[in-house]
Amino acid sequence: MDILILLLALFVLSLFLGVELITKVPPTLHTPLMSGTNAVSGITLVGALLAAGNDGSPMMVNVLGFIAVTLATINVVGGYLVTNRMLAMFKRK
Amino acid sequence: MNENLVNFIYLISGVLFILGIKGLTKPKTAVRGNMLSALGMLIAVVVTLLNMNTIDYTYVVAGVVAGSIVGSIMALRIQMTSMPQMVALLNGFGGGASLTIALAEYYTKLGATPASFAELLTPVVADSGAFGPGPEGTIALIAIGITVLIGALTLTGSLVAFAKLQELMKKSYGLPGGPVGNALFVIAALVAVALVVVNPGNVAAMVAVVLLALLLGLFLVMPIGGADMPVVIALLNSYSGIAAAFAGFILGNTVLIIAGSLVGTSGLILTRIMCVAMNRSLANVLFGKMAAGGETVDADEVYAGKVTSAQPDEIAMLLENAQRVVIVPGYGMAMAQAQHAVRELADAIEAKGAEVQYGIHPVAGRMPGHMNVLLAEAEVPYDNLVEMDAINPTFEDTDVVIVIGANDVTNPMARDVEGSPIYGMPILNVDKAKTVVVIKRSLSPGFAGLPNPLFAMDHTLMVYGDGKKAVVDMTTALNQL
Repeated sequence: MDILILLLALFVLSLFLGVELITKVPPTLHTPLMSGTNAVSGITLVGALLAAGNDGSPMMVNVLGFIAVTLATINVVGGYLVTNRMLAMFKRK
Repeated sequence: MNENLVNFIYLISGVLFILGIKGLTKPKTAVRGNMLSALGMLIAVVVTLLNMNTIDYTYVVAGVVAGSIVGSIMALRIQMTSMPQMVALLNGFGGGASLTIALAEYYTKLGATPASFAELLTPVVADSGAFGPGPEGTIALIAIGITVLIGALTLTGSLVAFAKLQELMKKSYGLPGGPVGNALFVIAALVAVALVVVNPGNVAAMVAVVLLALLLGLFLVMPIGGADMPVVIALLNSYSGIAAAFAGFILGNTVLIIAGSLVGTSGLILTRIMCVAMNRSLANVLFGKMAAGGETVDADEVYAGKVTSAQPDEIAMLLENAQRVVIVPGYGMAMAQAQHAVRELADAIEAKGAEVQYGIHPVAGRMPGHMNVLLAEAEVPYDNLVEMDAINPTFEDTDVVIVIGANDVTNPMARDVEGSPIYGMPILNVDKAKTVVVIKRSLSPGFAGLPNPLFAMDHTLMVYGDGKKAVVDMTTALNQL
């Protein structure tokens, strides 16, 4: 139970931090913000790796893990690349 | 590896994600922020792999290779006008990843995976003890159920959003009963989650959660029209983050919780900004009909005999003598791929000595910031892109406003006509300018289905035709003056 409370505290504090941070992002960068956060949500790759690579798990778990790894990697690679591509276009006078 | 060390390194990843988003608060630091965020991701992945005891690389490598290829192709080939579609897909994949992780964790802890379809529907004996001691087991099961629910509905909802944006699905279909029908689906799914929590071996209930949530995603997004997509995409963006955070609770993984909640709040804040910019509640966007209520206005009455049209070369003469010009782009500019042509027109106007700025309404386009990215692609400096609240007071000192592909966000009825369905929606006050030039194919109404009195005003000139061609013709004419 101790761990759960700590995780909950982390969750709630991150939500507040998120509000503080995101409200400071200017509207002109809202599209890169969305694709960038898509990339960040690809952090599920960490969980996916555990499911896909765990030797000794039933095959069904590995297959589900494989699907998760593929989808999360698309998010990570696609998200960061496209965000970078967009941000590189934003120029001053 | 030492578990504490692993968690410490996850913390570093979390900090890098935070710094990454902080970088996005200024265009100047944004590229570096994105790199920091990517570095955080790399560290988290490497540590996870190093920390795994027995590892079978077959599925890991196959998944990473397949995902990298698909992701790179999407990211490098997507056109900027199609960014909403790309983000919709990424939202969906994020939801799908959380869904499959939760299912994998469910079957791992259950210790039994079904060998056949019949077995899939037969409950096996299991208690929540397999998922953790005492209340921890129950909480783990609830987290799994919620992750599956949100993940699955994000997956199908995003695929529908993609289909709508790509115009593969043009009609709107809804569940009979609208919000009531959807509520029944939500309740049924929650009941199924409860059944899983009571008896984790009830695999059929878990299958029911998946199916109900997949259907719910379809039914939630199918009735929503194209112009409301900015809200839907932002909301699904939030869901994909929340699903990731809940997956973090299942796995007891700190970095998933940090990253997931940042994404979740980001999506929610964008959703709120979009709703405020349309003066509508989230419930109204999801379940309401835009034009419901309010007195109907006859388009013929508004337009009859009052609309003045003009040719591009006449507009060029106007522009030659202007001191200040504001360009107001909308989704029509994206549709016509006219962003480069617009930039060239702005260059030509500036060459004649006028100041040019762009007025950007928050819901212009199909996602938050859509117009800004398109204009950035056309190499318009971002200082020239001005937000609604900042540009509105300047319209009175503006000689010419060029509206291209925008309609409802310039409709003065939203400001002046109480009882109009769009009354109260903040608009760009383009009608305050000395002359308004509207480039449009016809007088057809925008998404709200309302006539726009702006088009009939004495100082408004309509230029009919394809947006890109009209802009190019103006530029050519202006350069010859």
